[in-house]
Order: sequence, then structure tokens, then C-alpha cells
Amino acid sequence: MKLTLKVWRQTSPEARGDFVIYTVDGANEEMSFPELLDLLNERLTAESSDPIAFESDCREGICGACGLMINGQAHGPQRGTTTCQLHLRTFNDGDEIVVEPFRSAGFPIVKDLVVDRSPLDRIIQSGGYITAPTGSAPDANLIPVPKDDADRAMDAAACIGCGACIAACPNGAGQLFTAAKLAHLNLLPQGQPERPKRTLAMVETMEAYFGSCTNHGECTAACPKEISLDFIAMLNHDYRRARRSR
Amino acid sequence: MAVSGIVLLLFVFVHMLGNLKLYLGAGPLDAYSRWLRTAGEPALPRETLLWAVRIVLLAAVVVHVQAAYSLTRVNRRARPEAYRSPRDYVAASFASRTMRWTGIIVALFVVFHLLDLTWGTANPDFRAGDPYHNVVESFQRWPVAIAYIVANLALATHLYHGAGSLFQSIGLLFRRRRAFATAFAAVIAAGNISFPLAVLTGVVS
Repeated sequence: MKLTLKVWRQTSPEARGDFVIYTVDGANEEMSFPELLDLLNERLTAESSDPIAFESDCREGICGACGLMINGQAHGPQRGTTTCQLHLRTFNDGDEIVVEPFRSAGFPIVKDLVVDRSPLDRIIQSGGYITAPTGSAPDANLIPVPKDDADRAMDAAACIGCGACIAACPNGAGQLFTAAKLAHLNLLPQGQPERPKRTLAMVETMEAYFGSCTNHGECTAACPKEISLDFIAMLNHDYRRARRSR
Repeated sequence: MAVSGIVLLLFVFVHMLGNLKLYLGAGPLDAYSRWLRTAGEPALPRETLLWAVRIVLLAAVVVHVQAAYSLTRVNRRARPEAYRSPRDYVAASFASRTMRWTGIIVALFVVFHLLDLTWGTANPDFRAGDPYHNVVESFQRWPVAIAYIVANLALATHLYHGAGSLFQSIGLLFRRRRAFATAFAAVIAAGNISFPLAVLTGVVS
């Protein structure tokens, strides 16, 4: 396969970036998107030019490191997958592919396609935990959990924190990420004692970094784990209740 | 945004329903208009209901505009550097991305609408207390009829997003919100747009 890549290059956070066009020969359709960038980087290294900085870790869709804006969509055109699960068979020979970093005030560009997504950690630090004595694992089924709640909590816990929801949102809003992180604790018995406190803290931290939701729905469409917009309704519900109880 | 939106949504619906009396003729429409002014009399002073509704609506509009303004500012700050490549939206609808503009069109139209049919300064032959006559006089001018239709299409577009979005914002899980919003917008548009068409085609004269 022969592909033309239009890649955002930016040497440092302050530098002015721009697109650079590369032609990649010898790609094959079994390659994942990061492998395509590897192929290009090997050539750039051999030519003694600066390779393209991009993030990737597990390369199996569970770590959330590899998010890129590909042809104007977070994680590319394929639904429910991360950038590393996007294979070149999705494209045609001779295509031009535009690659940009995720853009948000909360995600400053470090270099080229690498952004600093640590505000997501700040949101988790502010309330994404339960305060419980730890120690040996408790007996299974010691605390009964309705099957429905367990399933919904698990759906929310599928969030890998890649930031695609924020990157895809026309408002740069952090609601879907925060909603998922809240829901997987707020739905379970263990999360109840700190539910109002957690909700207030995480929503307030979110608002310090990101925009606000107007229900466009782009976040769910971009989410590699297809986390439902329903969790945003739950966030708003919990936030309203927590505000009242304060 | 959502709470003030619900107030405005209810008004838009009741306003459209009330105006359907246009099809019953001048008598019922004018009687309805009189009732809006005299409801509650003699226990309550004249126009109590009318002014209560006006105050609530004005407050809702102020809150709605203020919420839209602060939301826009927050969201502009959240992405100071726009994407350089064209975005490919998959879920955001035309309606959701143009709320600001459809909102401004509706707001400007409401000002004209009040000048035309409440204060009468923009009406060629305004008679206080005779809404049937005023409506017919107004819509016989085809530019006004067209402006009215365009504004109501903008309103329907605004409602198509807003009437569904509000459930999410108030934290109420309602799975058929899209269907509800589509039906609501369609009913409002059909009712409101039928009035100028009825006058232009001579069904109402």
C-alpha cells in the first residue's frame, strides 16, 4: 500500500506547529495505525531526521495511550476501537490521511502528536476512589450487588481514559470521562458513603480543565469502549442531588 | 439552560394551541384573547394571569440567554486552538451545532412579533383587542409571512435539539428523548407555519 500522511509536527509546547506531508511506501493492510507510524519513523531515523513523537503502549486497545485525531475523528473512522486497533485495511491504496493531536486546553501538546492528558488523573485523584480499609480480599458476595447495577458499573468501568470523548466533543467537554469514572463507583454499594462528596469534587475538577456538555453525542460516537450517554444523565442527576445535600 | 428551556417549551406549546382558535373564526379567537386579560376577575385584578406569565417568561429568557452566554465562553476557553484539519462529525446534528444561531434568529423574531401583534407598531392596521383582524392584516404582507415561516423553521430546529437535550441536562434518563423532541418540534412547526399559509391562501380571511 502507498499512503500519503499529513502529520502535525510541533517541536515543543510553545513552538508553532504545522502539517508535514510524508509518502509511505510498503505499508500493508494488516498493519495497525501505530505500526504505520513506526514504519515511517524507521525511515526518518535512517535519514537522520527527527522521528514523529506519538504515544502508544499496550497496542491492544486497553491502555488508552494511543489516541490520535485521524481524518477529523478521534481514533479514526472505525467505531468502538482505539487508534492501535485501526488497521490499514480501513483505508484504500493511495489515500491521504490527516493525523493531528487531540486538541483541548486541558491537553497541552508536548511534542508532535503527544499531548499531556494528566488533567484526567487530577479528576480521578479528586474523588475516583473509595476510602475503605484494605487488607486481605473480602469474601465473594459478602456485599450483595444487584446484577443490573453490577453490569452497568462494569460498562462504566470499561473507560480506559484515552481522552477521545474530550477530543471529539465540539465543546471540549469532559463529561463522558467523568461520568464513567463516577458511575462505576456511584452504582455500587461500596461507593455510596462518599457518593455526594465524590460527585461534587470530580465535577468541580472537571470544570477547571474542560468545557461543558451540550449533548452533541460526539463523545459516545468516538469512545473506543462505546460508553453510553446515559452516564452523563446520571452525572447530572447525582450532581444535582449532591448540591442539594451540601 | 434546561430548566428555563422547559418553561419556554411549555409556553411555545400553549401559545401554538391557543392560536389554533384562528381556525374557529374571529369570535372564539377574540374571546380567548379577552379571557387572557380577564381570567381570575373579579377576585384578581385585570391582566393578573397575563402579567404573571409575562414575568415568568421574561425571567426564563434572561436565564436562558445568560446560560447560553456563559456556556459559550466556557466552551471557547476549553479549546483555544481549533483543529486544523476538517472535523468529521458523526453524532452531532445540524440542530445541535447551530443552537446559537437558531436561538438568535428566534430572539430577533420575537421582538418583531411583539411589535407586530402585541404593540402593533409594525402592523399596518392594528386594532387593540382584535387579534383575528391583526393576524390577517399582518400575514397578508408576504414578506412578513415568509419571515414568520423562516423563524418558525429556526424554532423547530432549536427545539429538535433542545427538547431532547433537556432530559440529559436535568439528569433524567429518558430513552425516547429523540423521538419526543422530533415530534414536539414537528407539531410546533406544523401548527405555527399553518397560520401564515392559511392567510396567504385565503383559508382564513
